[in-house]
Amino acid sequence: MQVIDQGIGKIFTDPDADKAREFFRKKNRKLESKLMSVKEAVAKYVHDGDYLVLGGFGANRIPAAVAHEILRQGRKNMGFAGHTSTHDFQILCAGEVFNRCDAAYIVGLEARGLSPNARRYMESGKVEVSEWTNYSLSVRFKAAAAGVSYYPSRNIMGTDTFKYSGGKIVECPFTGTKYFANPALYPDVSAIHVHEADIYGNCRVRGITVSDFDVARASKHLIITCERLVTEEEIRRDPSFTVIPYWLVDAVCPVPYGSYPGNMYGEYFSDEEHLREWMKVEENPEAFKAFLDKNIYSSKDHFEYIEKNGGMHKMLKLREKEFLFLKARD
Amino acid sequence: MADYNTMELMICSAARELEDGSSVGVGTGAPCAAAMLAQKAHSPSLVIFFEAGGAAPLIPEMPISVGDSRTTYKAVMASGMCEVMETACRGMLDYTFLGGAQIDMYGNLNSTRIGPDHQKPKVRFPGSGGANDFASFCWRMMVMTPQDSKRFTEKCQYITTPGWLTGGDSRAKSGLPLGAGPYKIITNMAVMDFEEESKRMRLIAVNPGYSEKDVQNNCGFELLKAKKIVENKPPTKHELTILREEIDPYRYVIGR
Repeated sequence: MQVIDQGIGKIFTDPDADKAREFFRKKNRKLESKLMSVKEAVAKYVHDGDYLVLGGFGANRIPAAVAHEILRQGRKNMGFAGHTSTHDFQILCAGEVFNRCDAAYIVGLEARGLSPNARRYMESGKVEVSEWTNYSLSVRFKAAAAGVSYYPSRNIMGTDTFKYSGGKIVECPFTGTKYFANPALYPDVSAIHVHEADIYGNCRVRGITVSDFDVARASKHLIITCERLVTEEEIRRDPSFTVIPYWLVDAVCPVPYGSYPGNMYGEYFSDEEHLREWMKVEENPEAFKAFLDKNIYSSKDHFEYIEKNGGMHKMLKLREKEFLFLKARD
Repeated sequence: MADYNTMELMICSAARELEDGSSVGVGTGAPCAAAMLAQKAHSPSLVIFFEAGGAAPLIPEMPISVGDSRTTYKAVMASGMCEVMETACRGMLDYTFLGGAQIDMYGNLNSTRIGPDHQKPKVRFPGSGGANDFASFCWRMMVMTPQDSKRFTEKCQYITTPGWLTGGDSRAKSGLPLGAGPYKIITNMAVMDFEEESKRMRLIAVNPGYSEKDVQNNCGFELLKAKKIVENKPPTKHELTILREEIDPYRYVIGR
């Protein structure tokens, strides 16, 4: 296939499908309990230098407990997919966890504004960046999930986003049309927060799936945090709800309110007050350090973090807000 | 003195572009308000898409994220990024609204960085998100933005999202889907479209209270001018009532 043009960005992961097949050939398919704590899961499956993906959409259905634990355990020099990332990106930047980044959406928190600390980190020169778009990164996961080394798309061409990407422009062998070839992205490890899982890792997700269907399949290792455990019997009662099957999963960690301070569809809304506090305190590096010590480094787990920020009273309020109770609008 | 502000006027102008039975990809803020207004005022079957997967919701209040629960409220489907962008690439999304730190005369947008060093930028912005994707795929891309000569620039320091690229047939040659591209630019001062041959930005309407000169003085490149430049219609009472009482009662967007 003729390559017409190519970006100058680096590809941080190997897109080779046969090498990935060798890995997946050995991946465990036994139906066995994978229950463990977030602390154990991160110690076992997240290593310095690994390429990491966090599921959900920035501050919606995010594995916040895993992100905090990665900071507590002091992981460094990781690669990260800045794909639909917002508050999750903010957390990882606070720990300077990664030094290379595939950027599609980073440093911002959508309508909430830009994170001062994430910006400082990304403007420091400490992070090597390749550019993509949200769809292109989705497609890179899709290629990996399909077990192929690239996937064509019709976006990105003609822009600087292409120039600083690691993709190539190729010609369709059937029509002669130009396509952007997105290299497959096989993450070393991903974490996804779901509504329900059984102890083996069969997962149900409500609401939007974003790119998690493909992220789960593309990843070499997968940590699941869940709002609730359900029985295997319940999963098998109606398999049409299963989004992630157990053979993709390495760890199952029950973490109620695990997306906090993010939104969880049909469960609780995002804690906008706390997210505003986070953004504000980042303006002052000293105050931010104290904020992180209090909320992350001195907290033993996600529940201690929640207790420090309003506990069950706050959670119930966020539940009311999710269900649009009138009094919760203020 | 007019009893509306420029943000309200921009949202109403944008909403009027969305006819019933069409589809639109939106983000949070003003574009979402415009789509909600269109749906409530004159286009009840407007199909609204959010990049994270929300498809055809009946939005109860302004979402804060394009992936929050409001984006699937009473929706017909809660899908994902690929489903939405594939729908767009297949040719089924008519409109999208985007924005950026810089825009040039061909409607190219910069939302990535200021400064020449990519690995150590002076200012880092979020990047494309889904903007490059929507702009590549949706038939008609529109921009809602405040207008000043810094933002409306001769040359973007970085092109995150494609407009008409370098004008003429450059976009058609790039490989992007044929026939799609920038359509209208809606600002606090005016409405612009793009001249058919050169694909350069062209002034077609000025907002009440502004002159053609004001618009050009707040633009960093020379605007083409339509043969007849009209005055943009102010919001109606009906539009303002919906906007203020139903869509944005806390004035998150219209209070800006």
